Amino acid sequence: MKGSEKKLPETMDNQHKPQTPPGPGRSTPVKKEKPKKDPRKKLFRPERMLILASSPHLGTTDSVPKIMWTVIAALAPTVVMAVYYFGWPALRTILACVAAAVVTELIMNYVKRERLTVVDGSAVITGLLLALTLPPSLSLDRSILGSIFAIAIGKQIFGGLGYNIFNPALLGRAFLQASFPVAMTTWTNPNTARFANIDALSTATPLGAFKFEKITTDYTSLFFGNSGGSLGETSALVILAGGIFLLLKKYADWRIPASFLGTVFIVGGIFWLINPSQYPDPVFHLLSGGLMLGAFFMATDMVTSPITSAGCWIFGSGAGILLVLIRLFGGLPEGVMYSILLMNAVTPLINRYTRPRVFGELT
Amino acid sequence: MRLSTFKKGVHPGNYKHFTSLKVIEKLPLPNDVFIPLQQHIGAPNTALVKKGDQVRTGQIIGSTSARVSSPVHATITGIVKDVAPFRHPIGGKAQMIHIRRTGDEDEWDLLPAFTDWQARSAEELNLRIHEAGIVGLGGAAFPTHVKLAPPKDKPIDSFILNGCECEPYLTADHRAMVEMTDKVLTGMSIIMKILGVQQGYIGIENNKLDAIDVMRDAIRRAGLDFIVVPLQTKYPQGAEKMLIQAILRRQVPVGGLPMDVGTVVNNIGTAIAVAEAVTEGKPLVQRIVTVTGDGIREPRNVLARIGTPFKQALEYCGGTNADTAQVFMGGPMMGIAQFDLNVPIIKATSGIICTKQAIRNTVQSGPCIRCGSCVRVCPMFLLPTRLTRLSEKGYWDDAEKSGILNCVECGSCAFICPSHIPLVQWIRVGKLRVNERKRKKAA
Repeated sequence: MKGSEKKLPETMDNQHKPQTPPGPGRSTPVKKEKPKKDPRKKLFRPERMLILASSPHLGTTDSVPKIMWTVIAALAPTVVMAVYYFGWPALRTILACVAAAVVTELIMNYVKRERLTVVDGSAVITGLLLALTLPPSLSLDRSILGSIFAIAIGKQIFGGLGYNIFNPALLGRAFLQASFPVAMTTWTNPNTARFANIDALSTATPLGAFKFEKITTDYTSLFFGNSGGSLGETSALVILAGGIFLLLKKYADWRIPASFLGTVFIVGGIFWLINPSQYPDPVFHLLSGGLMLGAFFMATDMVTSPITSAGCWIFGSGAGILLVLIRLFGGLPEGVMYSILLMNAVTPLINRYTRPRVFGELT
Repeated sequence: MRLSTFKKGVHPGNYKHFTSLKVIEKLPLPNDVFIPLQQHIGAPNTALVKKGDQVRTGQIIGSTSARVSSPVHATITGIVKDVAPFRHPIGGKAQMIHIRRTGDEDEWDLLPAFTDWQARSAEELNLRIHEAGIVGLGGAAFPTHVKLAPPKDKPIDSFILNGCECEPYLTADHRAMVEMTDKVLTGMSIIMKILGVQQGYIGIENNKLDAIDVMRDAIRRAGLDFIVVPLQTKYPQGAEKMLIQAILRRQVPVGGLPMDVGTVVNNIGTAIAVAEAVTEGKPLVQRIVTVTGDGIREPRNVLARIGTPFKQALEYCGGTNADTAQVFMGGPMMGIAQFDLNVPIIKATSGIICTKQAIRNTVQSGPCIRCGSCVRVCPMFLLPTRLTRLSEKGYWDDAEKSGILNCVECGSCAFICPSHIPLVQWIRVGKLRVNERKRKKAA
């Protein structure tokens, strides 16, 4: 299948010896040649030695691994904050999820007999993002199970990187949420749990507290993360910093977080204006829960978001509307996960209907 | 002030520093030239000379009676050694006339010079452009006299001289504007007289500030009313459709030509060739070629006779470095990689670039991660990733519906792709197949 797909460029590339070693399995084996002396050093015979290729002969210095590892770097402050607030168990969960994701990816690579894709960093991101959406008290085996599900079912079943429909990390979380609803909604208070080897006190997330008891949390706690919640959703500040770094690097489309957060602010604001005692104010919407993490790191996942600029606006706004509706009228206090997953599902449709008008096409 | 430009596009880097300050030098007369019989888009020429004939510089050696065609001329004085297929820089072999130089000096076969060209009729001037074998020297090599005689139902109101040179590395047009300013303006005036238009624009990217100044100065001194439009440095600024969009804010309709929006675009080199053909009676036998890159010892801009083997131009520039990996004709974004350096410089050769590394194409391509980079840079507003997938799978009908034929093959998509997918290459395959099918259907 692979060989027939890429017939032309392969013949173009094969004019010279491939520089990258071929992976294991079915990919075409290349004869091992003895390392010859470079004949060009003796006698330059350009007729023999020139490399043929089809234009363009210039290329960007960006690459998929570079993008992925930059995203990981952008997530680093959030990881540090998670460990700061929730202590060693947080670090343990994160490491376990990442390791499980990487090992699952390796196994899947082996089963599918394809090139190793671990180095591109996408599995690390999936593991990391999944860990950041988990409650600090979730047991290790469940975290690992979620991570395995995310990679195996969320990504590799569809064909690996670039082919999955849903954000793998969110799919892993959705799986855990469906399988262990109680464990997935047991939250610990960041202060009591920090580095103490005692049973953590359970608490409610700001969103849950508001939904079920109408207790508001002050913005300072929300902004700096001193509130209950998943590992990575506590501090809006550090997520914002990492997210803006990504936007500046242009590794995430700014339109998605802009439209996502903007829509949440506007729609949430409308409901707040209708009945301020019943509905939370829009700033609370923005700062609480996993919205920041979702808007900057999950909705912007390149694979599962639209490729057109107009599509990105629709994608972000749609997720924003869904999020507010779930938060205010759904059974769950938080809706970032489902709003993004639902928009992931319609992304191919969005792509189809937002095809840009070809240059010179008449209106 | 915000400079005008088109939407989308990429910044592939400049690389013009190698030669942007190098004065154009005359390449010594080659001993042998290989002149392809067909160097234009259109009907093929037939050879007018045979083995053993004596030819003089500027003598017509190949022509045809078809309208969309352009004759070729001998570019040195000598003896025809052979008329046979030789390797062509665009690929494969083509019928060429091999001339061996006999004397040290040129014996010119000039056409009568029109020193009073202002008094001549448009038809007369355009006929001269045809006789002189002038084609678009930007790279497409479309016969200029056809371009300058648009059908009566397409009124032309403005002319654009293309001084963008948006491809990295190339500086031939840049140097020509600085050193041969008057010829450029004369050529432009002649072209505008033929077209009968009043409004003339010169589009120059703002990475050539000296050229902008020199041109503005010369226009003022000559008392002309051409407008120099500085443009943002962005690729593919020099593509006809993008240039018209940037300067006139007009969009050439899908499948249309610049004349559909009342415009004709010509290249700097073409203007110089027109000026020489009309005022000096010189047919197109030479052109400015940028020989550059980090794979050549002394990068230069040279004035080379058409038919000169690449090798000779490279040797004049100090020869290639020992570790030169790639040589291509034209710019790095659309140029054609060469493996045989005996191929001749043709009318469409704007540059010969030698690079130490194969900058691209040595990396394996990965899966599409649907980042949409290609969509964000495509100046034609296509979806390169989708077209590529359709082309890979052979869905030619869908590819045609998705507008694959609108692709200008600028290569911005393949340049920007972080997965290094050969996007434009696949789209080229698709275009070829779709066109084949269309021809078959029509037949």
